[in-house]
Amino acid sequence: MRADVSIIKGWIEPQSQVLDLGCGDGSFLTLLKQEKNIFDCGLDLDPDNITKCLLAGINVIEQDLDKGLANFSDNSFDTVLLTQTLQAVQKPDVLVDEMLRIGKKCIITFPNFAYWRYRFYLIAKGRMPVSPYIPYEWYNTPNIHFCTIKDFDALCKEKNIKVLNRTVVDENYKNSILMNLNSNFFGINAIYQISK
Amino acid sequence: MNQSALKDSVGIVQPQCIHFDEALPLRSGKIIDSYDLMIETYGELNADKSNAVLICHALSGDHHAAGFHSEEDEKPGWWDNCIGPGKAIDSNKFFIVCLNNLGGCAGSTGPTSINPANGKPFGPDFPIVTVRDWVNSQARLADYLGIEQWAAVIGGSLGGMQVLRWAISYPERLRHAIVIAAAPKLSAQNIAFNEVARQSITSDPDFHQGHYYEHGTYPKKGLTLARMIGHITYLSDSAMRERFGKDSLTGRNFGRDLSTGKLNFGFDADFQVESYLQYKGESFSNKFDANTYLLITKTLDYFDPSVDYEGDLSKAFLQGNCKFLVVSFSSDWRFPPERSREIVDTLLKAKRQVSYLEVESDGGHDAFLLPVPRYLEGLSAYLSVVANESANSSEKSDHAS
Repeated sequence: MRADVSIIKGWIEPQSQVLDLGCGDGSFLTLLKQEKNIFDCGLDLDPDNITKCLLAGINVIEQDLDKGLANFSDNSFDTVLLTQTLQAVQKPDVLVDEMLRIGKKCIITFPNFAYWRYRFYLIAKGRMPVSPYIPYEWYNTPNIHFCTIKDFDALCKEKNIKVLNRTVVDENYKNSILMNLNSNFFGINAIYQISK
Repeated sequence: MNQSALKDSVGIVQPQCIHFDEALPLRSGKIIDSYDLMIETYGELNADKSNAVLICHALSGDHHAAGFHSEEDEKPGWWDNCIGPGKAIDSNKFFIVCLNNLGGCAGSTGPTSINPANGKPFGPDFPIVTVRDWVNSQARLADYLGIEQWAAVIGGSLGGMQVLRWAISYPERLRHAIVIAAAPKLSAQNIAFNEVARQSITSDPDFHQGHYYEHGTYPKKGLTLARMIGHITYLSDSAMRERFGKDSLTGRNFGRDLSTGKLNFGFDADFQVESYLQYKGESFSNKFDANTYLLITKTLDYFDPSVDYEGDLSKAFLQGNCKFLVVSFSSDWRFPPERSREIVDTLLKAKRQVSYLEVESDGGHDAFLLPVPRYLEGLSAYLSVVANESANSSEKSDHAS
């Protein structure tokens, strides 16, 4: 199991209600259903992903995150999840507000653009970093709002968001001493648990 | 008939007429003392009766949803695209029940039936039945068939409204509710179209206040017109362009029929879309009853389950735990995706389990009857899980016995 999955799983209460924004093929919700008996609800836009969710018996709603989440009422979920999608939405700050309105707690994971390899790529090549992990060119990337761990911390501070837990991991979703020393330099992926 | 169409279908099917002697109290306060329901079934009911699926029809549908009535039959049932062996609603896995609703004109008791009180057809005296009344009669049908709980109740358009009503009236009697191209209630525009349709029927001189049977006639013109209006609302603008604007010489001219090379400079049909609508309307008027058409458009107009819940439909769904699948089609302007999203949002508010598909299609409202690949794929995926549940429960009951 991927380390981020087991970290996030540890933050989710049994029998709780989980809304997964950008739920993909529903595999994470399936796991949470099996192991934690959660009430599942996933949002996605990709037809193939939606069919996979239906095949897995996951509740999936075809909905565009960029068009808002006004149809979900305040505090209607215990946890709202957003994994590796924050950087791909049009208004990440608005989405975070909406998540905090809907969920008692929220879990957000995103790639840290201040990771040292990206920094050196930009310095050495003078071009937008492309890696196996971020394989897109600047013109076709869905990732339109990259941020760094420091940026996200600043956003949380500005919005008075409580950071309940924060973990930083590498490409194999592992944590190390080096990363804890300077997460914004050595961490590839950030995993946050936040609340109002 | 095409042999491969027969092979892909549930085959030759036989309708059955079931008589109910217990009086049915209606929403209007009136009572139907006894009635017949015409039904068809496809597939086999399993040992613990956990694989039964109810299909609810829309305005002009009936009990003949799939298969053929005879070798000579040219057209299969109205939902043959979806129902059959290996199809989305798989007759190898489910016991599928479809009925002609009360007030219909395909064999179930309705305006064309004889009123035992006076030995004449009911005509306009047949009481207006509501979606709630239909669902009550369907519940009695379930009792008759020994089905305690449907694996799924499925319907498109007005059929989808019956599915919603099932989840409200009999929340414990279904495990899955599949609501396709429907709405939580009609819009003013929907009612307006229905009213124009009704006016066109009632203003036909052959209508005779609904007692046309006794005059040996029927309001053919009015019913044709009503269907033409309805038909426009079932198609999308792009579907009409596609059908009438492409292959003719004057592709941009709405399929103007230039086979004669001339315009009429009169009021007869110049354009293919005109003759198409007339043909569709007329062939409908030959086989459908005008009083039934009036009645069912009223049934549609009256549908609004929120009235019992201070206008808050989500309260209607606080009971029960069936799961929902809601499907809409991008080009449907009769019950557009926003209307389906209203249903989804209501269900979310009631904390119900719901999945929602918004299928890209040019087919308009009628897309729910068409073989749109993504729609069939989604429906099929959802129902495969339903079928597994039924198979597992059947297995368990086998072990228990």
